[in-house]
Amino acid sequence: MKILVCISNVPDTTSKINFIEDSTAFDKNEVQCIINPNDEFGLTRAVWFQQKKKAEVTVVTVGDLGCEPTLRKCLAIGADKAIRIDLNPTDGFQVAQQLSAHCKKENYDLIIAGRESIDYNGAMVPGMLSALLGYSFITNCMALEIEGNTARASREIDGGIETISCQLPLVIGAQKGLVEEKDLIIPNMRGIMQARQKSLTVLPAAESVVKSVITKFEKPAPKGAIKMVDPDQIDQLIDLLHKEAKVI
Amino acid sequence: MSILIYTESENGKFKKSALELASYGRAIADQLGVELIAISFNLKDHQTLGAYGVERVVQINDPSLENFTASTYAENIATVAEANEVNLVVLSSSSNAKYMAPLLAVSLSAGYASNVVGLPLSLKRLTVKRSCFTNKAYNTCVLDNDINIIGLSSNSFGINENPKEVSVEDKSADFIKTNFEVEKIEKGTGQVSIADAEIVVSGGRGLKGPENWHLIEDLASTLGAATACSKPVSDMGWRPHSEHVGQTGKPVASNLYIAIGVSGAIQHLAGINSSKVKLVINNDPEAPFFKAADYGVVGDAFEVVPELIEKLKAFKNS
Repeated sequence: MKILVCISNVPDTTSKINFIEDSTAFDKNEVQCIINPNDEFGLTRAVWFQQKKKAEVTVVTVGDLGCEPTLRKCLAIGADKAIRIDLNPTDGFQVAQQLSAHCKKENYDLIIAGRESIDYNGAMVPGMLSALLGYSFITNCMALEIEGNTARASREIDGGIETISCQLPLVIGAQKGLVEEKDLIIPNMRGIMQARQKSLTVLPAAESVVKSVITKFEKPAPKGAIKMVDPDQIDQLIDLLHKEAKVI
Repeated sequence: MSILIYTESENGKFKKSALELASYGRAIADQLGVELIAISFNLKDHQTLGAYGVERVVQINDPSLENFTASTYAENIATVAEANEVNLVVLSSSSNAKYMAPLLAVSLSAGYASNVVGLPLSLKRLTVKRSCFTNKAYNTCVLDNDINIIGLSSNSFGINENPKEVSVEDKSADFIKTNFEVEKIEKGTGQVSIADAEIVVSGGRGLKGPENWHLIEDLASTLGAATACSKPVSDMGWRPHSEHVGQTGKPVASNLYIAIGVSGAIQHLAGINSSKVKLVINNDPEAPFFKAADYGVVGDAFEVVPELIEKLKAFKNS
């Protein structure tokens, strides 16, 4: 089984978010980048398939040279090889087209991407990739088993869980639950040393079109001061929620 | 030119998000002077949509579409969009709509922006504001295409009645060949889901253990609210992952978010930032959550919450 895990290089979850160049660009200064958490749940499951079912795991990202440390980390976690498609993408559709062009040459059985990245939150790439390839698609995927050519997966829906079976090839949008937080692999020294020897191929970008462009960023307006209510004055709290905030 | 909204229903009734989409679509249709069309599946109730501004409802009623499948629904919506020269499709932010949107975008060769908050900033060259960095920021996004899809954030526009003369058109379903089978759907009964909730009551480590969760559940049922929890609580297995809200969990965009014994880590705050009003109950006055909240009570949850439940019941009965 050939598995591709699509990786997004995102600011660490504790990062302060700031913008530069007249609020048109994200300020990467002093920001630590990590594997997008949803992608990391997917990568961990892929490495499980590699260890238990002899799957071959390739990681790919669409990005500039600055993404390579994150790809090396994926190799240290256990991916067999890495690919960087050399393009600083403008939107999720462009990423999906780049990945699709690569996947058409490689015929992966299973393609895993995070259900969304924690920076742009587009939730576009896995679905668009599946549509471009004509593969089955399951997002918000929180369990995945594969026997032969058949996948069984659970998808989190609003207020419940749906169980789906389908044939490979398949694209999934990974999320927490696909593996437990405690199963995430922290690379050890051996993994880090091995990662240096593994292949990281840089591919030129394919032709693609852009359908959306970000022209400006802004931060939420600063919050007004908090109103503190004495724990002995719960009536007053209810009054505020009812009359002032109008939420009950 | 026309606008198409996909109106979702549950248990034989339109969801609140469907009425919000109708209100939103109406506002844009008025600005552009175009028709607002709704597509609904397995529900015969065009009058309700008409009350919120829809002029035409395309109904697809077919028992084989009982279970939502993203590819089949996308195909049906695409057919209706193409037949009606639709140039803007508006979807909700439900998990099903977000699942389907990228498939529909490829099928229609459309531009797509998710998590859009409020009306477009410009309709000439469609420009929208959307949340990003898990609600820590917004971006302005230009979609310069013949057809575009907007995924509207829940509760970001609101519901406005605006009765219109509404016509209805029955359409047969399109099917596409898939090897995809929904085997089973498990849903909690009588519970409000976080995505649909107007009020969310959330508990953190301050509650000391899963055995104390009746406080959260009682308060939630008093308010008709959904229950949620912080990341450590779900990691420790006190509560299911589906209740985890925050950056790597679910986003919350409720009208009222009540956090009890949640310290307010930056990742948690990011996930709940879109909620309109935040109430924090915590015994630690230094908890970072107080800096991000609208109302705060410094006190012991085990004393404050029971009293709050009792007084809310009295308030509801008055």
